[in-house]
Amino acid sequence: MVTRGFFSGRRPPSDTDARIPPGQYLEQGFPVLSAGPTPRVRTEDWSFTLKQGPKPLKKWNWAEFNALPQSKMTRDIHCVTAWTKFNTPWQGVMIDDILADAGIEPPTAYTLALSFDGYSTNVPTKDLVTGKAMVALLYEGKPITPDHGGPARLLVPHLYFWKSAKWVNGLQFTERDEPGFWELRGYHMYGDPWREQRYSSDP
Amino acid sequence: MTAEPSPQSPWQAATITRIEKRTPRVTSFWFRPSRPFAHLAGQHVDIRLTAPDGYQARRSYSIASAPETGGGVELAIERLDDGEVSPFFHDVAAVGDEIELRGPLGGHFIWEESDGGPILLVGGGSGVVPLMAMVRHRTLRNKAVPVALVFSARVWDEVIFRDELIGLDDRRDGFDLVLTLTREPARRPSDYSRRIDVRMMAQAVERLPKAPRLAYVCGSNAFVSAAADALIGAGVPAGLIRTERYGV
Repeated sequence: MVTRGFFSGRRPPSDTDARIPPGQYLEQGFPVLSAGPTPRVRTEDWSFTLKQGPKPLKKWNWAEFNALPQSKMTRDIHCVTAWTKFNTPWQGVMIDDILADAGIEPPTAYTLALSFDGYSTNVPTKDLVTGKAMVALLYEGKPITPDHGGPARLLVPHLYFWKSAKWVNGLQFTERDEPGFWELRGYHMYGDPWREQRYSSDP
Repeated sequence: MTAEPSPQSPWQAATITRIEKRTPRVTSFWFRPSRPFAHLAGQHVDIRLTAPDGYQARRSYSIASAPETGGGVELAIERLDDGEVSPFFHDVAAVGDEIELRGPLGGHFIWEESDGGPILLVGGGSGVVPLMAMVRHRTLRNKAVPVALVFSARVWDEVIFRDELIGLDDRRDGFDLVLTLTREPARRPSDYSRRIDVRMMAQAVERLPKAPRLAYVCGSNAFVSAAADALIGAGVPAGLIRTERYGV
């Protein structure tokens, strides 16, 4: 349906069209969105735990985690509130390297990312491995600020950005695809921006 | 791939039935959806504009009207000069226009009667809009729930819903309005003239008959960060504070 009198709009440059998923617009800034107050997690209190169901598989403190092999990923990111930001540079530990350090293969097909503030979000395990996702420690070469999820946040850039849990403190492998915080509140279980999977009623 | 029946589009046409300027920068638009829906106080809708060449712009807007107000929803839209959707509403949209709308949406920043109270609402600028739906819902539904609204605006003339809010405050029925103006002196004895801080939040908590069951904070990111930190400083547990940020 064409909207009467809507012409101009903020069209992205045509050479970037192919990088902007449907319904998104290009954002130069880095907006902050979260469901509650910003937790200030001190690195001396920080830890990261791999779990299978309730059972801990391995736990790292901040120094141990930072000693793992680190990688860089520069990616376009897409927020469900309709902004897309190009070329965001992150550095952190690939999920593959976390699993390798724990000496395990992914035990189940589904994962819940867990955060210090009680947030959670579900991601299929296959979307976290083979170079697709990391626990990011640096943004633009500097420690991630608390409002962007520091000290550490999940980075799953090919899904809407609510899947990239801020203040992440663990991954829990689950037998079934269990909805997380936003997925229990009307948002999509998978969240592919290219298929515009924003809300639970989207196919 | 198996063929599935194509689901009904979540988008629907809604007709603008009324337009009313609220402040120099905020105007209310009432929409009558072709498929009416029930919403919860605090929810939003998505709006989608389509240009003749197919280009689309979409934005989320909070619903200002109470669920009890049948026949459509009120959105209070702030004009952002560098925006692409809000200038369309302020400069082009007219009564009778059809706009594509999707919703209601959102399952976190909502207040229902069953959530109970007291509740503490903290809004900055147009961040008051979803809080207004909660205040109206409480007025129409359950006045027994004590509510305090701390509303920060730059100046008196930018206090959205000012006459309605002061009218509700004057009833003294358990709804308390606290205005704080950041660029003008306070006009009413109970009001402030400064940015939100811990002391102001502590005094807002004291206005309630007992500790708040939930607190809702909405506004710009900078506002929400400062207000949520001030609430925590005033002793409100972080787990009771729900936030909604415009993102910028």
